[in-house]
Amino acid sequence: MPQILTCEPLLTQSQLDRHEQRRFKSMMPVSAHHPIQSSTLNTIIGDGASHPELPSTRSIRNKRRDRHRSDRIFFWTLRGVSWLMIGVLVAMVAELAHVSWPAFHKFGFRFFTSRAWDPVNEIFGGLPFIYGTIVSSLLALLFSAPISIGVALFLTEIAPAGVSKVVGFLAEMLAAIPSVVYGLWGIFVLAPFLREKIQPGLGHHLGFLPLFQGPPYGVGMLAAGVILAIMITPTITTICREVFRAVPLGQREAALALGATRWESIRMGVLSSSRSGILGGIILGLGRALGETMAVTMVIGNRPDISASLFAPAQTMASAIANEYAEASSSEHVAALTALGLALFLVSLVINAIARFLVWRINPLRKRRGRP
Amino acid sequence: MKRTHLQTLSLRDRRRKLVNIFMQVLLFLAAVLAIFPLLNVFLYVFKQGAPSLNASFFTHLPAAVGEAGGGMANALLGSLTLIFLASAVGVPIGIATGVYLSEYNYGKLPRFLRFTTDLMTSVPSIIVGMFVYAVVVIPMHGFSAYAGGIALAIIMAPFVARTTEEMLKLVPDHIREAGLALGISRWKVIVRIVLKGSLGGVLTGVMLAVARVSGETAPLLFTAFNNKYWARGLNQPTASLPVQIYTYAISPYEDWHHQAWAGALMLVVLVFVLNVFVRLIFVRKGTSV
Repeated sequence: MPQILTCEPLLTQSQLDRHEQRRFKSMMPVSAHHPIQSSTLNTIIGDGASHPELPSTRSIRNKRRDRHRSDRIFFWTLRGVSWLMIGVLVAMVAELAHVSWPAFHKFGFRFFTSRAWDPVNEIFGGLPFIYGTIVSSLLALLFSAPISIGVALFLTEIAPAGVSKVVGFLAEMLAAIPSVVYGLWGIFVLAPFLREKIQPGLGHHLGFLPLFQGPPYGVGMLAAGVILAIMITPTITTICREVFRAVPLGQREAALALGATRWESIRMGVLSSSRSGILGGIILGLGRALGETMAVTMVIGNRPDISASLFAPAQTMASAIANEYAEASSSEHVAALTALGLALFLVSLVINAIARFLVWRINPLRKRRGRP
Repeated sequence: MKRTHLQTLSLRDRRRKLVNIFMQVLLFLAAVLAIFPLLNVFLYVFKQGAPSLNASFFTHLPAAVGEAGGGMANALLGSLTLIFLASAVGVPIGIATGVYLSEYNYGKLPRFLRFTTDLMTSVPSIIVGMFVYAVVVIPMHGFSAYAGGIALAIIMAPFVARTTEEMLKLVPDHIREAGLALGISRWKVIVRIVLKGSLGGVLTGVMLAVARVSGETAPLLFTAFNNKYWARGLNQPTASLPVQIYTYAISPYEDWHHQAWAGALMLVVLVFVLNVFVRLIFVRKGTSV
């Protein structure tokens, strides 16, 4: 998914003289993608500053020259449509806040700390769902992060180009499979497998831990964690792959030249300099795990309990909404579910913003190896 | 006994070599472990889905409980309707935003917009469903294909916008400069030269977006809802393939499970074919660009 990692134009210190800098202060600097073309044009046409009547030929995409009315109409149409995107996001927050207001008004902050979820008596506390969301997502990260980093390292550092291409494609296909198909597979393949093969063994050997107590249902927190791990693996792998690709070749070669083994060159040359990018990938994976609905709804067992055991059924914020929203009859119930949705929405916005910030920082390096 | 320098060195080196091999094997195993679920999902979807994927699956309405046979004809048509509606709304908005991001990339708005678009691509899809429920379903007094289409469009548009931007950015500046130097007005340069030149890439993005929303279930649960029969209009509740799979999968009936697997097979094949197709185009284009 290349669209996650966008290459911001590298902010080169432009060759504009000071006078021009003042004149075009509002302009974005020259796009770093085509420095040769821009400078060639400069030498052909000459410096724009010496011909004040000529518009600058630099950064054609960055400066607007709307002589014609049709140009202005075009520009403002695009601009209006673009604002629509921002408007929808703002409207989403506003509308969810509006609908969920009665729940916050009635329960206050207790909504997030109370365990009671009783639609019949209209008492709502979201803690079991918040707990379910956090635990299932962390479980998914625990399973997925090491594997994803491993896959990304395998693809960029070890595998031959052909193998890397095929395996990389398959890893990305994991992201393309619809959530509901994972859910179906989870119900009929994964849950029975966990119930018959994994959970009895875990219960037998590690049953003294509260994590592995209780009857093996198959469906439950563990199944949700595993299926989420499968679903977020491509996300983390893709980001890590981009991050590792961005590490200059010389860093690996330097380590190898000093006598490092291949693993040592990976550890010292690649891993040590891509920590923030890896973290960004993991957080992005977390964002995806938090909001994932269908597959989780189908395998988590849907019981709003807080249990220490990973075998026990649980429920997440998203699965509560999927299960109850269409059937919620009272407006209080709708408000409470919307409050869960709003909380989930805001948390996932913040998490994605953080992740994108972390991943964006590596982008200047990406130019070295070009786009895949 | 004191070891000589050489001995310690060789011992250490031996360990380093072992660690080296061990870690490389571990990385290989990680790749195998990551691919395994995909192959397993494929295996089961084909094994369980293929026997039920017959002619009546495409032509018949769902059978009643306890009756064997039946199909998902209404869900297939419903999915097509929803995807069509979503594309009709989402694709133009997405492309327009992508063009704006790429061609008018100055000032603060594009950066903010790019950030917003990125955030939009990662909004949990169930949240989109809730939003559309509040702003479309409630004012219209009922579930409808329109609501489902709008929900999918909201998911689609930012996705299309980002891929469009990426594709237009691949067009070198001198092509725009050449167009403008000929006195062609700016919007014509953008539409007739830049956009037309990268039409393949833009369509690729659209197809990926279609592949993505065609499997979306969560936003449809309370927008398009479900329907056991043909939807009589766009303002009626509409069945769709993913929601039908979900309904069947969580039902206790064996016959319905078979139908769910058959539907899943349809979805997986659709998504896989679209992705492979797109990649083939992209690889061919990638060599020529």
